[in-house]
Amino acid sequence: MALQEKYKELIDTANTAGVSGLNVREQDGVLYIDGSTNGTVKQQLWDTYERLDPNYASGDLVMNINSVAGVTEGTKLKVTTNSSNLNIRKGPSTNDDIVGKAARNEVITLVSKANDQWWQVKTDQGEEGYAYTQYLTPLA
Amino acid sequence: MKNTMNKMIAALMVLCVLTAALTGCKSKPKDADLKAAIETAIQANTMASGVTVSVEKGVATLSGQVTDETSKQTLDKTTASVMGVKSVVNNITVAAPPAGPVVVAADDALTTAVKDATKDFPTVVATVSDGVVTLKGEIQKANLQKLMMTLQALKPKKVDNSQLVIK
Repeated sequence: MALQEKYKELIDTANTAGVSGLNVREQDGVLYIDGSTNGTVKQQLWDTYERLDPNYASGDLVMNINSVAGVTEGTKLKVTTNSSNLNIRKGPSTNDDIVGKAARNEVITLVSKANDQWWQVKTDQGEEGYAYTQYLTPLA
Repeated sequence: MKNTMNKMIAALMVLCVLTAALTGCKSKPKDADLKAAIETAIQANTMASGVTVSVEKGVATLSGQVTDETSKQTLDKTTASVMGVKSVVNNITVAAPPAGPVVVAADDALTTAVKDATKDFPTVVATVSDGVVTLKGEIQKANLQKLMMTLQALKPKKVDNSQLVIK
């Protein structure tokens, strides 16, 4: 229970801010927090996490907050890479061949979700394949 | 706590006096009827299956377990809205669903996913063993949160960055 005390503020924030399917468990000295919410709340939770455990150095929490669970097929996605183009690949892994590229800030379309990390997408030029979700931001 | 109790008792007394003045205390619903009415009202909530209701002198007590705070509050509100309920004592506890142990990704899948996630951080070296992701090398402080967000979403057992130099 000690970890739930340490991260009490985080758990309380998750409870009040509205995280659906919130699941808080402790196992073998690690606290696991799972759930889905919007991007703003996710950012708030991560900032709280960083404040309670500077640099995430303790390694005693695994927080998996999904902010894109509600994104549906057909949604427009903006490419939010740091600077480079986004690779579009044949399959859902970096081992798969690159079949196309999307420029930074280009808007592409979600075709289907292979998993939480890889989504099948389509560019306006008709290129279709898998892209890494970390670099995609859904447009409201 | 005592203060709250005193306030509650005071509120109840005022309520009873008012009720008595208006209709007479005898016309209030019987506790058993209230219990049945509450049970019917909360049945719509799927979380209600682990919750029991007891009523004494119009005060409803909810006990049992639900999996999230929202359900606990919803059940409270639903109960309070039942006609004749004077107040609600919410003793419901919130606990994680009995989903069993934490699911940790298998090392093969995790290694692939970690490789994808760290691809953009070439100065970071990540290894996976028994579900534990160990980070070495170095990273800019500004990129740390993004990396941790991505790695912790891969269902690792834990992420150990104690050997990672944060610039």
